[in-house]
Amino acid sequence: MHELSIAISIVELSEKEAKKANVSSVQEINLEVGTLSGIVVEALEFAMDEAVNDSVLQNAIIKIKKVPAIAKCLKCSKEFPVEDYYTPCPECNNFETELINGKELKIKSLVINK
Amino acid sequence: MCGTCGCGEDNSIRISKPGKVNESLHHHHNHSHTHDGNEHSHNHSHSYDHLSETSEHAHDHHDHHHDHSHKTEIQLEVDILQKNNLLAERNKGYFEAKNIIALNMVSSPGSGKTSILERTIKDLSNDIKFSIIEGDQQTMNDANRIESAGAPVVQINTGSGCHLDADMINKAVKELEPENDSVLIIENVGNLVCPSMFELGESKRIVIISITEGEDKPIKYPDMFRSSDICIINKIDLAPYLDVNIEKIKEYAIQVNHHLEFFEMSAKTGKGMNEWYEWLKKING
Repeated sequence: MHELSIAISIVELSEKEAKKANVSSVQEINLEVGTLSGIVVEALEFAMDEAVNDSVLQNAIIKIKKVPAIAKCLKCSKEFPVEDYYTPCPECNNFETELINGKELKIKSLVINK
Repeated sequence: MCGTCGCGEDNSIRISKPGKVNESLHHHHNHSHTHDGNEHSHNHSHSYDHLSETSEHAHDHHDHHHDHSHKTEIQLEVDILQKNNLLAERNKGYFEAKNIIALNMVSSPGSGKTSILERTIKDLSNDIKFSIIEGDQQTMNDANRIESAGAPVVQINTGSGCHLDADMINKAVKELEPENDSVLIIENVGNLVCPSMFELGESKRIVIISITEGEDKPIKYPDMFRSSDICIINKIDLAPYLDVNIEKIKEYAIQVNHHLEFFEMSAKTGKGMNEWYEWLKKING
């Protein structure tokens, strides 16, 4: 459900950038969403469909890049891919890990015609 | 459509105090959709493919009317939650300047957040000045309970919204005007998913789980447990009647977030509340 507020934020940020660049539409938007960002990409796409109406993104191609999550063991420093927060380190079985990738939720770039 | 949650115009966010006529504070995020109800015709026929990284085929230029203009890519690298995070930082600055400790309480509906607050406010009435922001989709019920318990309170009704955000807190705090050196407790909308993404400017986030919810709640809804500092395990008075192992709950929670600090209590019987009270007194300075 919160994907809609995220979609609205994406539209707002794009509106702001389009205004800065003095264009009335955006051709393409590139997003990066980490697999542990708390966002379901399919739900975000669905929400974007509605949110882009009457905005600079109305006809934009929306590209969403999923960034795989990578954790680092705080004991042995091993880096390993994870799909959740509670996968222990494959080397030393320790649960104390930190995420180094996978929380991304950002607009990477906008493509405009100028 | 409301930008926060997709609700209709009727479901706009309300911020109100008990006993006062509800003034609807129209809290729509000011994005550029203008819905004056007059003649907006949404054109849902988007002509592009809704694509992810898989389809990279070039944009075909035959469809474009704007000839000979060239493409420019603006590199942004901007955090989508930036606006909320900036507002949260502003709230945080306000709290720090007034020496207010702000706590964001999150949980599933029915875990006992309001009961914990009622008991805490009554038991610590001589020690700590509390003020409360209540978040619910509908009703003033919780605000009325808190007012009866003796603390100043503002109710935020989110309509169909699933979480509180920093902007709502900013507005609610202006209504509430919490005192210096007080503890502000924000009771978030009962929801173990969405509120985890939205910083409100809190000093600490507290997740509450009642033992009736099942031992594996922390790994089923890891985002909330991951982003919290404190975990309250409530309704421990029910342990004899349930097939639940409290240590197991903690074990799962620690797997998700090894920084979590625990309090086990029963807001109904008062068991275990003293440790929580000592902690509150300590952070209140």
